[in-house]
Amino acid sequence: MDKMPKWADVVLIPLISLILAAALSALVILAIGEDPVAAVKLMVNGALGSTYGWGYTLYYATNFMFTGLAVAVAFHARMFNIGGEGQAMLGGLGVALMCLYIPWPHWSLALIGATGLAALFGAAWAAIPAWLQAKRGSHIVITTIMFNFIAAAVLNYVLVNLMRPKGSMDPATARFPGAVHLPTLHELLAPIGLNFSKAAPANVSLLVAVAACILVWLLIWRTRLGYEIRAYGHSETGALYAGISPVRITMIAMLISGGLAGMMAINNVMGEAERLVLNATEGAGFIGIAVALMGRSHPFGVFLAAILFGFLYQGGAELALWTTIPRELIVVIQALVILFTGALDNMVRMPLEKLFLALRKEKQA
Amino acid sequence: MTGTSPAIELRGISKAFGPVQANKDISIRVMPGTIHGIIGENGAGKSTLMSILYGFYKADAGEVFIRGQKTEIPDSQAAIAAGIGMVFQHFKLVENFTVLENVVLGAEQGRLLRPSLARARKILSDLAAEYELNVDPDARIDRIGVGMQQRVEILKALYRQADILILDEPTGVLTPAEADHLFRILDNLRAEGKTIILITHKLREIMEITDTVSVMRRGEMTATVKTADTNPEELAELMVGRKVLLRVDKVPAKPGKTVLEVQNLRVRDHQGVERVKGIDLTVRAGEILGIAGVAGNGQSELLEVLGGMRPGAGDVTLNGAPLPLEGRGSDGQSRRAAGISHVPEDRQREGLIMEFHAWENTAFGYHHDPVYQRGRLLMNNAALQRDTQAKMDKFDVRPPDPWLTAKNFSGGNQQKIVVAREIERGPDLLLVGQPTRGVDIGAIEFIHRQIVTLRDQGTAILLVSVELDEILSLSDRIAVMFDGRMMGERLPDQTDETELGLLMAGVSGKAA
Repeated sequence: MDKMPKWADVVLIPLISLILAAALSALVILAIGEDPVAAVKLMVNGALGSTYGWGYTLYYATNFMFTGLAVAVAFHARMFNIGGEGQAMLGGLGVALMCLYIPWPHWSLALIGATGLAALFGAAWAAIPAWLQAKRGSHIVITTIMFNFIAAAVLNYVLVNLMRPKGSMDPATARFPGAVHLPTLHELLAPIGLNFSKAAPANVSLLVAVAACILVWLLIWRTRLGYEIRAYGHSETGALYAGISPVRITMIAMLISGGLAGMMAINNVMGEAERLVLNATEGAGFIGIAVALMGRSHPFGVFLAAILFGFLYQGGAELALWTTIPRELIVVIQALVILFTGALDNMVRMPLEKLFLALRKEKQA
Repeated sequence: MTGTSPAIELRGISKAFGPVQANKDISIRVMPGTIHGIIGENGAGKSTLMSILYGFYKADAGEVFIRGQKTEIPDSQAAIAAGIGMVFQHFKLVENFTVLENVVLGAEQGRLLRPSLARARKILSDLAAEYELNVDPDARIDRIGVGMQQRVEILKALYRQADILILDEPTGVLTPAEADHLFRILDNLRAEGKTIILITHKLREIMEITDTVSVMRRGEMTATVKTADTNPEELAELMVGRKVLLRVDKVPAKPGKTVLEVQNLRVRDHQGVERVKGIDLTVRAGEILGIAGVAGNGQSELLEVLGGMRPGAGDVTLNGAPLPLEGRGSDGQSRRAAGISHVPEDRQREGLIMEFHAWENTAFGYHHDPVYQRGRLLMNNAALQRDTQAKMDKFDVRPPDPWLTAKNFSGGNQQKIVVAREIERGPDLLLVGQPTRGVDIGAIEFIHRQIVTLRDQGTAILLVSVELDEILSLSDRIAVMFDGRMMGERLPDQTDETELGLLMAGVSGKAA
């Protein structure tokens, strides 16, 4: 007998966690002498009040969808891939190589090529920790986090020594050619008469991210491979009994995970910056962990959580811009949301489960 | 009420876990100086009742009287203070402590260890002399056998001056000889005026040692009778609520050609310790070879190698073709393709994914079967659900709902899901490990019948069980394993529990 109805698990618990996080954030804002109501208004307005705000919210959300899906897929195989950051960095390298050195006739072909190489680079970066886990038992949490640092160092080296245009002082690649410019939402929506903000960076990769959500859903719940991944994630001895190779599943799940994280680069590198800079990922790989946790590792949950975190990112930026609330506090608010929705899940869940049991008992009596 | 008051009296105990009523208005009187058996199927509420008595759970309603005094037992400390000792099914011992240290642990009396250890040593030797509870006080727990470990648990309770002892399924891990020894100890304890509550699902033990027996069914106490006034058939009926066939009805086997031939099989565990030390066996079509033995003597490893779950070395052939024991072609998928089905020993960790729906579990291990595919990539969930519904109806799985997750079925119904999946494949060889562990009597009868039916259709069956009754009633031939070796083979109608028990303990009997 399940303890709670499903809707309570997927809707009510995250909602209550969010409200708790918001309440605590309000207290913190009060404590530094600002008005929490005004702050919320500013965040909502800034992130959702205009197509400009939406454009940024969706741009961030696109990043988080990719990295959230990456973490979610690994979770299903009971692996904690916290190397999304490094995998996304390598993905960026893949995108830059594709965009700079191949003369693409059209952006759509460039997008396919860049997506492919970004995924390949991300997957390759995940492959080494995966292999170490599968064959040597080195814990994936440790190795993936170490690979984040290595990725940053590799990127630094490549940008400074290899890909920096001659004479430039900036550790970044040259600007990508105009042919690989991805259409922004403004350009996409203009033909159908919608006027979307020109300045916002949200672009066609959002559609790729949504497609990725659907494909991951199909993979996990409709394919044989997804079945094997979930079985392995629930019970390793069970997998052994069923003839599901732990090495194979570990490798495949991590390759998919790394590939998804790498694909993020089509949004931030190709879609927004149009060149590869240092620290292009801006921590999106880590936010992906919170997104996956909050989304219960379900692609639809990841989709919603990604938009929420996009809102927090954009709204937070607005707060820092227009109030005396310091930028650090924005990080605190984001951290509180992560804390309540991810780490303190049981704090909300247990009392709620008890409540539902009591309600059910009353009904029976 | 005249004469002595009961050692324990429970009045109107009720306890619910959510919608499940685990104990319903239970009253029971246990007289001092007696052994009181509590018998019932899995999930009947025996363990819940004892957990309430030992302070693990709080009853929703009802009262507890110890020696005539109304007593509140909010935690196990209070239970110990009231003179109640509990020996759990899974021992609660610190593996790398000595016997003495384990006994003293939690009852040290003072900051310094040495004086209490010395005192405990003295008490232990007295107890050993008095009750045949001999244990080397300086032996480390992980170096002594399970029978010894259990004695340590009893000593722990006695050291805390328990005069009411609760034993939960105490013989599950013991050889028949060890069980006999345990019963002698219990006899001695009773003679000294201790009160013992014995929880078990084995009718034989109830008949052998108890004075009074209470039967539980679905959270209710259905009867309390003097053991002398009842018989196993009646008790079984009281437990299940209908007449039960205790022996398996089967015609003599008609063995055909050799299906499985194992020669000089050796298996090492993860630490490199040899668990199976060169065994030979053959199983022919249409017969059941039962492997008897105390748990941990290599039977599990034997099944796992044959089922493709771990590597081994030696010569194994199936229908005359060699079966790879390591590397390519030795995994579970290859075994299934070769015609081997496997009902694993541990359905919760191996045979089922507890978080999966029943219908997902129906494909477990056979998820490559073309029947369950739709196109190259997708699985045909609709076909799977239909298939599950059919199997559930045929094997009387309750509730027959393919969308229920595996963990929400009772042990017996979980096992039926596994057995249905494996048997319906019509395999050449069926590996069965502990088919009825934790399964209620009604389902045991059903599962046994299914296994015998499969035998009669010509499948070769290798059965591993630690339940001697099960081995004796199902097998056409019995092989006994001890310490990774075969101790010999017997025919079920030409042997008995005593002889098998000796073989299981490593004592060679007469040649077969």
